[in-house]
Amino acid sequence: MLSIENLSKVYQNGTHAVGGLDLSVEPGAIVAIVGASGCGKSSLLRIIAGLELASSGVVKIDGIPLDGPHDRIGVVFQEPRLLPWLTVKQNVGFGLAHLPREERLYRAELALLLVGLSNKANAWPRELSGGQAQRVAIARALVSRPDVLLLDEPFSALDAFTRADLQRHLLEIWRGSESQPTMIVVTHDLDEAVALADRIIVMRPDPGRIIAELPVNLARPRHRAQPGFDAVRHRLVALLDRRSADAALRSA
Amino acid sequence: MTDILSDTEARKHRDARSALFERAGGLRNVPLAVGLILPLSLALVWELAVAAGLSSGRLLPPPSVIIQTLGALWGQGDLSGHALTTLWRVLVGFGLGVAAGTIAGAITGYSRGIARVLDPTVQALRAIPSIAWVPLFILWFGIFELSKITLIATGVFFPVYLGTMDAIRSVDRKVVEVGLVHRLSSPAMIGRIMLPAILPAYVTALRSGLGLGWMFVVAAEFMGASRGLGYLLIDGQQLGKPAQIVAAIITFAVLGKLTDSILVAVTRPLLRWEDRFGQRADSRAAANRQEVA
Repeated sequence: MLSIENLSKVYQNGTHAVGGLDLSVEPGAIVAIVGASGCGKSSLLRIIAGLELASSGVVKIDGIPLDGPHDRIGVVFQEPRLLPWLTVKQNVGFGLAHLPREERLYRAELALLLVGLSNKANAWPRELSGGQAQRVAIARALVSRPDVLLLDEPFSALDAFTRADLQRHLLEIWRGSESQPTMIVVTHDLDEAVALADRIIVMRPDPGRIIAELPVNLARPRHRAQPGFDAVRHRLVALLDRRSADAALRSA
Repeated sequence: MTDILSDTEARKHRDARSALFERAGGLRNVPLAVGLILPLSLALVWELAVAAGLSSGRLLPPPSVIIQTLGALWGQGDLSGHALTTLWRVLVGFGLGVAAGTIAGAITGYSRGIARVLDPTVQALRAIPSIAWVPLFILWFGIFELSKITLIATGVFFPVYLGTMDAIRSVDRKVVEVGLVHRLSSPAMIGRIMLPAILPAYVTALRSGLGLGWMFVVAAEFMGASRGLGYLLIDGQQLGKPAQIVAAIITFAVLGKLTDSILVAVTRPLLRWEDRFGQRADSRAAANRQEVA
């Protein structure tokens, strides 16, 4: 169980990125976080990842407070961030340096098989397309079998077709992995949020806080033509609209 | 109508020519010897001008005389002896300069606090012309090897220092975060992220340092040397032997280019992952060559 308690982040320039945020995510759940730019989504994710220090509050996994990057947390960034001096397979096995070479290679090959890129194992990152590179980044994050996988707008730089393909692929990987990790996906794409998440968190800025939570009880795999998909999407749009959100806040 | 047809045909010819050119890999595939056309032409013109009596060739001897001089110096064993002495000085000075420049550059690149203390002084010292060090080094270290090697190492130090410091400072934060997310220790972060990330810029710094090493060795060998290519230059000037001066200059050029090429060849395997314009063009040219073959 990932829990966030009374989390706040104030940057040195005075920006109040996150203010007193509480959130609990049950193991194996997929949670999408949406909200306007500057609402603190990415700051929240970076604090959970241990890349930023919280000004106050605490992030816990199974009741244990985290004080920095943790091996139970994997991160997929907006850009693939593959290390250009390593081959694809070496990139995937980057976080497994503590394992014997054979096991490291075996797990990297397995992860590449999972993302459908076994044939690119010895390629350089520069030889990959954007979608392939992001799949390698997903494999790198999953290979160490994290309990929590954080994804910060992972498909935003890709074209619509590749994005849809990777969303489907991510869910397949998630379903196929031994222990389905908790996934927290920050996204601007409402379709992506509805397609992926069990639960959608809507955030609002100044300071960044949760204004609504929306359960998504649609069968998987999801697609836009599916009954109920558009209804969830419309509710999200309404929540993200400032005036509607104000009304929601008042009624809460 | 005829104009249109001829235009079309001309365009076809042009396209065919450029396709052939592209298939041949463009200018990149033209043999290296093409680079020799200009200097050889100039040498030939000068040779003919002297032969025709348009110039005496006294102050700038024709290529035939320079080749004879090179042959004579080589035959006497002088050229190889002087060249090896100079090469040894450059290599030792380069090694010391690289070691000092890398350590200092790494420290200032990594620590802003130390950089604030150290860097202004180093930058001020960098602005001092090489020749200005000569009297001081002679006073401190005498006129033998130590002063010469110190001067060369000084020349190599600055570009390596600056290159290393800048390279470390400009490592992409996003790449460092990949290391942080994987909880790398400080030594692992340096070995697995920082070093590979700075390698391309570091190699460039090494090449600049080596180039300066070759420049500084001349100044060093003007400090009362009795061996070395710099000595050949001074000897040629004092005894009025311009052919010997040009022969020494040519040897400098050849050795400088040779050592740089060796440095590039040694470091190339470490940088084969780079996504450079030149590299892509080279790969395309290689693919074209295979296709043509």
